[in-house]
Order: sequence, then structure tokens, then C-alpha cells
Amino acid sequence: MPRLSRWFLCAAAFYLLGGVTAGALMLSAPAIGVTIPGWVLPLHIEFVMIGWAVQLAMGIAYWILPRHRSDHGRGNEPLAWAAFLTLNAGVLLAGTGWLITPAGGLPALGHGAELLGAIGFAINIWRRLPRSIAPPLRPLPIL
Amino acid sequence: MICLLLGLIAGAVATISPSMAAIRPTWIHLITVGWLTQLIFGVALWMFPRPRTEPAKAGTLGWVGFWLLNAGLLLRIVGEPMRGFTASGAAILPISALLQLVAVASLLWALWPRVRAR
Repeated sequence: MPRLSRWFLCAAAFYLLGGVTAGALMLSAPAIGVTIPGWVLPLHIEFVMIGWAVQLAMGIAYWILPRHRSDHGRGNEPLAWAAFLTLNAGVLLAGTGWLITPAGGLPALGHGAELLGAIGFAINIWRRLPRSIAPPLRPLPIL
Repeated sequence: MICLLLGLIAGAVATISPSMAAIRPTWIHLITVGWLTQLIFGVALWMFPRPRTEPAKAGTLGWVGFWLLNAGLLLRIVGEPMRGFTASGAAILPISALLQLVAVASLLWALWPRVRAR
């Protein structure tokens, strides 16, 4: 398993634990008489859906998709690392941002970072997709 | 697969009957926890490369996680719709939450040596 995949999986595990803890607090709150602040629900959703499920899928895809022969096999490694870091910054901002900026400024920035991370990851993984699924990327014609 | 089927049925019921909207969280968690998370852990425990010396406890931890997760989910399926009607419905939800939390920790602990190994 490549090092970056290990990082993806470790980060996914961290978010799963954090997300499930937030969910457990929300589920228990009425019975134990605790009021849970509103920012816990978006944190729960963000951590579990993007931090855990999406990141796990990315880590496995980076590891398991067929490698191509032309370079080191897994594409542009710095780009893949940048995508990983950007995505994680995005999940942290989108998940915890409501606590700091209730108007939604930081979460919006976080979602933008998640999008950038996902685009970076997709560009890097594109050439490793089977040709029947992914046509080769071509530069746009100059008009 | 059972959770997926139950989840789809719960989703249909919640959509058709507005009075059953309270089971919406149950429906979402049946699919995301009962089906998706269990599918992920099931495939990971089967497919992730084992280290040469995998601790004997790894298999036990996996089973503990499986049973706790399903017990927690079952309590949630029972407790969440009852929450509005009886105090016992609300009372079993913290137990459900704790079981699911311990289950996830246990499953991650079982997988950890496989992610760490080179």
C-alpha cells in the first residue's frame, strides 16, 4: 500500500471516530438532558460523509487502480499529496467552521477547498482509469 | 444487505406517510451505517494485506465490532420511533450510541495493523 493511501486511510479513521462521537452525543442528548449546539450536526455529516467515506474511497483508489507505465505509476505524486492536504483542510474548515463563523463563511471556504482537492485527485487518477471508461484528456482546441 | 433492504423500506414508508417522518434518521442510518459502513469494514477485513504476524486478537475485535454495531443499530431502530411515545424509547438511545461508538473503535483497532504494516 503506498504511503499516501495509508495517510488517506488514517485520516478517514480519524474522521470516522470524530463523526461517530458527534453522532453518539446527538443521539444520547435528549435522554441525558444535554442540549447539543447546532454546529454538531453539520460536523457529524461532514466528517462521516466526506472525511470518512469519500477519503476512504480515494485512498483505496490511489492504491488499487491499475498503474500506468509512462511514469512512476501512480501519476503526479506532489499533486496527489496537494489534493490530500487540500481536501483535509476543507473537511476541517467545513466541519468546524460553523463553530467559529455561524454565518457560514468558513464552511463555504471549506467546501471550496474540498472541491479543489477532489478536482486535483480526479485529474491525477484520470489516466489510471480503464480506457473504456475514461477517454484520454486532450487540450481544448484554440478558437 | 438486510440493513439495505430495511433502509429502503423505511425510506419508502417515511416518504409515503408524513406521520412516519420520525423514522427518517433511522432510514438514513440503516443505509449509511448498516449497509455502507458494514460493507466497507467487511471488504477491508477481507482484502487489506495482513502483516506477517497479525495479532490473534484481530479476528476477535472484528467480531466484537460486528455484533456491537448491529446491536446498537437494532436498539436505534426500536428506540428512535418510540422516542416520542415512551420514556424507555429515549432511554435506550444512549446505549445504542455507546454500542455503535465502541463497535467502530473496535473495527478500526482490528484494521489498524493492516494499514500500518509495510
